[in-house]
Amino acid sequence: MWKWLHPYANPEVSYHFTNKLLPWLSALAAIFLSIGLVWALLFAPADYQQGHSFRIFYVHVPAASLSMGIYFAMAIAAFSSLVWQLKLADASAAAMAPVGAAFTAIALITGAAWGKPMWGTWWIWDARLTSELILLFLYLGVIALHNAFEDKNLAGKAAGILTLVGVINIPIIKYSVDWWNTLHQGSTVSKLGKPSMSLDMLWPFIICFIGFSLLVAVIICLRFRNEILARNSIRPWVRELVQKHNS
Amino acid sequence: MNPRRKKRLAIVGSVLIGISAVAGLVLYALSQNIDLFFTPSEITQGKKETGLKPSLGQRIRIGGLVVPGSVKRDPESLKVSFKLSDMTMPIVFKDSDITITVYYDGILPDLFREGQGIVANGRLAEHPPTGLSIEASEVLAKHDENYMPAELAEAAGKKHEKATYTDKQLESKKSSGY
Repeated sequence: MWKWLHPYANPEVSYHFTNKLLPWLSALAAIFLSIGLVWALLFAPADYQQGHSFRIFYVHVPAASLSMGIYFAMAIAAFSSLVWQLKLADASAAAMAPVGAAFTAIALITGAAWGKPMWGTWWIWDARLTSELILLFLYLGVIALHNAFEDKNLAGKAAGILTLVGVINIPIIKYSVDWWNTLHQGSTVSKLGKPSMSLDMLWPFIICFIGFSLLVAVIICLRFRNEILARNSIRPWVRELVQKHNS
Repeated sequence: MNPRRKKRLAIVGSVLIGISAVAGLVLYALSQNIDLFFTPSEITQGKKETGLKPSLGQRIRIGGLVVPGSVKRDPESLKVSFKLSDMTMPIVFKDSDITITVYYDGILPDLFREGQGIVANGRLAEHPPTGLSIEASEVLAKHDENYMPAELAEAAGKKHEKATYTDKQLESKKSSGY
């Protein structure tokens, strides 16, 4: 069943695959993000209570859900690296961690900027905000562990264990607003049944969300490529690449 | 799968299950403390599962909906009082609802209005005419998950006006030393 994946365990094959993937992903990301953001920030109707402040939603919600999504992807990579000892899975986890940390920070900062005028406070220690802050610390811990060891295999193992321990935080973030009473509101888009938003507000959100997801894919691809090169710098195929580039 | 991988899979799997079980139990044990606020009925009758009830003079947070028609603002100062009732879906206000009165001296957040969800932080006290009440030092607006363009909201009979303040009201706050 998984036979078709086996060639990609080879760093050289994976490197050339990301090369082919990148132009497409970048073009699509640019198209979706430019349409989505212009539509969302300029043309979508303002909310009846919040006015234009609500537009921060179009950055905050994609950033927050991607911060969880990237963590989950990183956990899957860590799991397969621990069980099957795939070196490339470690490289991909190391590539994802800083991107996830950046998106978590964006979610926290945009949330605070919205919270001040709307709620009346920058920060409150409710379940949703606190668990998202813990996610940021988990990312920072994973990044630190990836850089703490000279030996990349050892580093990947240590970071992978922390990643897997921390994965329990993901459902807590997601369901915190349902399990406990919080100041943070419940889900608008990702709930069963009808989203609590009119369609002319929802469409730009969907396009923005796809755009941000593609942007994440592009950044992770770029970082993954670098990780592969850095970890295989003594291999002949990398040396050939460098020679070709220099000549 | 070869035996070594199978063994690693078993170790990683059982560690994951163990961690989830521990986290689940801890969160279950802490669930009352993770709640950000008490609802008005929890203040009068105690929490549903544990019967935990805040005592007079305790600093607590209260969360509820502002009862329409209950907002009283002092024309001379920033003092305001309003009643909160439990947040229930769908939103209906009845005379039989348990309410708690909140007294506050300060500027209300932009989203404050009748029917809006509010979280107030303050001291639980007993005021003779209204019974249990909160002397709030902070009032936060709890936004719901609904977003609506202005035209649609008007058609549905909803509108939102920010609370406005006169210079005199704002002056009173400064002179009272805040």
